[in-house]
Amino acid sequence: MKSGRGLKAATVFLLLAMTSAAQIVPVLAAPAGETFSDPATEARARNLQRQLRCLVCAGESIDDSGSDFAGDIRRLVRQQIVDGKSDSQIEDFLVARYGDVILMKPPVQPDTWLLWLAPFLVLGVGGAVAWVTVKKAASREA
Amino acid sequence: MIGELGQLALCFALALSLVMAVSGLMGARATALAARKTATSSALGMLVFVGLAFGTLTYAFVTSDFSVMDVANNSHTLKPLVYKISGVWANHEGSMLLWVLVLAVYSGLVAVLQRGGERLTSAALGVQGLLASAFILFILFTSNPFLRLDPAPFEGAGLNPLLQDPGLAMHPPMLYAGYVGLSAAFSYAAAALMVGEEGWARAARPFMLIAWIALTCGIALGSWWAYYELGWGGFWAWDPVENASLMPWLIATALLHSALATEKSGAFRTWTLLLAIAGFSLSLIGTFLVRSGVLSSVHAFASDPTRGFFIMVLIALAIGGALALFAVRAPTLQGGAAFSSISRETTLLLNNVFLVAACACVFVGTLYPLVLDALNGTKISVGPPYFALTFAPIFFALLLLVPIGPRLGWKRADLKAAWQALYPALGLAAVAALVVLAIVSPRGVAATGAFAVAGWLIGASILDVRKRKGARASAFAAALAHAGLGITLMGVAGTTAWRSEALTVVAPGQKTVVGPYTLRFDGVTREKGPNYIADRAHIALMDGDKVQAMLLPEHRFYPAEGQDMNDTAIHTTGWRDLYLALGDDRGGGRFALRAYVSPLAPLIWLGGLVMALGGFLSLWGRLRMKEPAPQPAAPVMAQAAE
Repeated sequence: MKSGRGLKAATVFLLLAMTSAAQIVPVLAAPAGETFSDPATEARARNLQRQLRCLVCAGESIDDSGSDFAGDIRRLVRQQIVDGKSDSQIEDFLVARYGDVILMKPPVQPDTWLLWLAPFLVLGVGGAVAWVTVKKAASREA
Repeated sequence: MIGELGQLALCFALALSLVMAVSGLMGARATALAARKTATSSALGMLVFVGLAFGTLTYAFVTSDFSVMDVANNSHTLKPLVYKISGVWANHEGSMLLWVLVLAVYSGLVAVLQRGGERLTSAALGVQGLLASAFILFILFTSNPFLRLDPAPFEGAGLNPLLQDPGLAMHPPMLYAGYVGLSAAFSYAAAALMVGEEGWARAARPFMLIAWIALTCGIALGSWWAYYELGWGGFWAWDPVENASLMPWLIATALLHSALATEKSGAFRTWTLLLAIAGFSLSLIGTFLVRSGVLSSVHAFASDPTRGFFIMVLIALAIGGALALFAVRAPTLQGGAAFSSISRETTLLLNNVFLVAACACVFVGTLYPLVLDALNGTKISVGPPYFALTFAPIFFALLLLVPIGPRLGWKRADLKAAWQALYPALGLAAVAALVVLAIVSPRGVAATGAFAVAGWLIGASILDVRKRKGARASAFAAALAHAGLGITLMGVAGTTAWRSEALTVVAPGQKTVVGPYTLRFDGVTREKGPNYIADRAHIALMDGDKVQAMLLPEHRFYPAEGQDMNDTAIHTTGWRDLYLALGDDRGGGRFALRAYVSPLAPLIWLGGLVMALGGFLSLWGRLRMKEPAPQPAAPVMAQAAE
């Protein structure tokens, strides 16, 4: 049963990927009629939408993209908000269905530690090298 | 006939580039006078033949010669002339030919200007020749734009309408002028490692400047295009292809600063060589990322694995060769300049540490998902939130330090005096922060901080220009470039913090309020463009009962390509953009409309322009200055402001 659903999702995904790869066209995301009247809830939905990646687009969030996929996920997110789910519950649901790839912000886990730390490692090593260089240059100067 | 002519010209260019490589490298020896002459003339000859090949392809595009496969696949008779021409480089084969053309132009410049010693120039030409022959071989074997079709189709397949845009017509040549401009710095660095000649940093500086200016303009153009063309009101998406152009820019910026220290005080000599190698290496990696189809996006019109493989081998040889040369020769260079820990050298070093860390951040963020997927099949996305948490703080810290550097003299300086001279800039920073806190809502820590730093940068630049009457062009150039950073920062912070948007369905005659604007929808007309049909919305921007301006966002259909496109309409006051994009037909004359109000958005690109102007000023000062620079003046002891 479960694998059947996965297969169906994969097929739909592939079809979406194929159609939108054929025309990478920014047709508008037109969520008129799918907005919440309460500004706070709407802001929450928009914020959540910005954290989710459109899987058939070139790096756009589902908030920015006009693809069918993005529209489907937007409706799904809003339905779950109506159902009273929390942000993290909604994200967990989408991660279970599509994987971490749907999150704009990569998760912090052992295989992404290097991703998160590398910039600061370079900064640290660079700083240390700079420190030694300046010390040496200053001792020559003196 | 015309296709064969182009092919033949390219073959001659290949032969000349090989001659140039061999004779240039031979000319690095002290006695090889004839070889040096051969290198110079073959560089010019190669330029002529590559120019001929490029002209031939352009002619085929302009005359819609569909017997040439590249033209048939990417052009159409109904396309406006300007997009027939830009169509030459809006595809893989033609864009690689443009790449080689730019490389040939830079080689010609190196040959004509003869900057630096004879042996240095000759060796640099040799390295350029190696690069040119590798890329021409790549074109002839995997990406030949002159292949024929028989029978020739009656009509071409057209060009992706996204690419039919004036901004994007200019974007690739600009970016390539930057990418490939770094090849000159690379070649001079490799030449300096071979002949051990000093003064290479000075010889290569104009090329570094041209490359940096072109990269700055190219990135700004690309971002502007994304803003008005893609219809979501954003200006930077941290898309891998954008990142591929940002990395060389960051390293080129570091290189400009480091090379200055090398030239003026002999500091960081090996480091500057390494940066020159890294800058062009990142250009090559950027080309690989974009051209190999490893990343699939609108830019990756090549999805052929042989091409990817060929480029990968080419990159490995170029980078590996240069690094091997560096490893062998760098230790023989004299190192070890002497400077006090409070000096301009130290600030330039810090500048480099932050820029390299920022570049590492973009590098890791771009390549990590690919590597992780290849290693264990885990798929992750690295989007804007990652860069907000890593790149932003590193770059922010760099910006804090920017005003201090130019205030310190070489070798030894007085930090306290420099600091006191900057009090007015600190005052401007405080005012900027208070203004944001007091009148603009919603208040945000990030926006307040960004405006304070922008005030700090711009204030210090004003002080630099005011205090140093009679200073050389370079001081003004630096002040302009640093002020440009501040301007861009304000634009980025302003739009990010205060952008508002409205998504509505409008009926004819209906008024809508978006932020401070009142809009009246006057309906949609069907228009016929040269190669598209458009639904054009007529939207009046109202001032009371008067119409202040008409905005005409369109929804276009390109029948030749079978694609839909949005054409946005932007009304700008210079300080604030009203941005409209037309959505789909909701029946009964009603249409979906997406409106954004982006405060300060124009400053993003204005800042880029100001930075580029700074670069031009510096270049102008350089080319005017024939004699070796006088020794740097005694440390600038800036007085405290009154």
